[in-house]
Amino acid sequence: MTFQPLPAVTDDTAPFWEGGAVGELRIHRCQECRVWFHPPSPVCPECLTFKVGPEVASGRATVATFTINEQPWSPDMTVPFVLAIVELPEQTGVRLTTRMVECAPDQVYIGMAVEVAFEAAEDIWLPLFRPLQETL
Amino acid sequence: MKTVIGERSAVISGIGRSPVGRKLGRTGISLTVEAVLAAIEDAGLTRDDIDGVASYPGLFDASPGMSPTGVPELKDALRLKLNWFSGGAEGPAQLGAVFHAIAAVAAGYANNVVVFRTVTESTAQTVGRRASVVGSGSARVGGAMQWMVPFHAVSAANWVAMYAQRYMHDFGLKREQLAQIALNARRHAGLNPQAVFRDPMSLDDYMSARMISQPLCLFDCDIPCDGSVAVIVSRADSAADLRRVVRIEAIGSAIHGRDSWDQRADLTTMASHDAAPMMWSRTNLTPTDVDSAHIYDGFSYLTLAWLEALGFFPKGEAGAFLEAGESRIGLGGELPLNTDGGQLSAGRMHGYGYVHEACLQLRGEAGARQVVGAEVSVVAAGGGPLAGCMLLTTDR
Repeated sequence: MTFQPLPAVTDDTAPFWEGGAVGELRIHRCQECRVWFHPPSPVCPECLTFKVGPEVASGRATVATFTINEQPWSPDMTVPFVLAIVELPEQTGVRLTTRMVECAPDQVYIGMAVEVAFEAAEDIWLPLFRPLQETL
Repeated sequence: MKTVIGERSAVISGIGRSPVGRKLGRTGISLTVEAVLAAIEDAGLTRDDIDGVASYPGLFDASPGMSPTGVPELKDALRLKLNWFSGGAEGPAQLGAVFHAIAAVAAGYANNVVVFRTVTESTAQTVGRRASVVGSGSARVGGAMQWMVPFHAVSAANWVAMYAQRYMHDFGLKREQLAQIALNARRHAGLNPQAVFRDPMSLDDYMSARMISQPLCLFDCDIPCDGSVAVIVSRADSAADLRRVVRIEAIGSAIHGRDSWDQRADLTTMASHDAAPMMWSRTNLTPTDVDSAHIYDGFSYLTLAWLEALGFFPKGEAGAFLEAGESRIGLGGELPLNTDGGQLSAGRMHGYGYVHEACLQLRGEAGARQVVGAEVSVVAAGGGPLAGCMLLTTDR
């Protein structure tokens, strides 16, 4: 068995955890003042309206920081792997902690352009990130 | 409105600790009672004088050995008659329980409050469960942990490592400079017979240690242990009846940024950067008045973050500050740091080893590691969104 703890989904967080089923990175946004925020919450942290809900983000991000984890914290955990905090272009300061995939650990750097790569696990689609695939 | 400095209404009147070590094989309550009775005796009080208890983080079984003993178990074991009690994790980090006790004494709810912190993480590991890692069980992860653990960011080592990496990127901090925190702790542990790790450590030892989560290596991380520390918080106006007291000059418990490991606006600051200014705003003392610093080193980088937050060097200049090594943070240096060996070498008492050591220093009882003439000590604990600090002084 591989190590894969999963989140407990609530009404507020379901759009985030299930959006990958249709390839969408869904982030909460205020319908009044249009600010994006994370984690999901029933109230806008800026203007305090309850008129908030998930919207589809671009799925692109920039690596704000990262770490190469070399310690197997659980017997069923495969190391090394790269953890990162990525910042979304939609809103300064809206970040996700994630794991990098589809690249060698030593290729990750602060400022790296990345994009979401969903990984399904039971009823959850984990938003992992990979190097941005340049398209012409 | 006039600022009320209620913490001056309370003093630390006694300290005690159980043996602290690896795989002691004792229960949490056994260690706790030993520490608490020692603290009561140290204060010159009796069990009947104790009318309050506070603890952090309360009974907590999700991470094995993290907090095996809660307030009710201690109360019942000693048949305490309490007017006030509190145990819980949702406060300004580990020292939150001390701050609660201070508030209770200042408010008149209780006169002598026992504050304790007990861990059995080392023994818990030996029975096959790993301490301090969330998500090892089968249950789904909720709350703040759901944003990190499913991605395999399971350990505080990972979360702290990402702050360290960003600080290195932005300000050019080098591993050789960060190493000074671990080397300093080990030097001081050599002077502390009660420290868990006392073998000398060289820079080569540090640089060749295995990586845990880059840039943090094995020696940047504290090690789970077993033990209990207790302190007694009493009314300041009872000081004349007490054997000896340590004064509480000011506390800092603020958190103004996001309560999160990844959403704080500046990833090179932590809640410590909110708590420390609050503490300084409540005193006329300044960083240059501090004779000894007892700063959380569950991970070396957290000490760096605290030292910066407390104003011991300007933003971004941790590398240059630490590079001076022993002459800066050693016993004879400008700012003697973690004189007992800290958690990195003396043992992971999760914030409370620092309180115990600061009191020893201010009472002039620190033996071979005594800072001569110590009158002002700063104690700080926590990391990421958790932070609390306090300034302690001699009874002057």
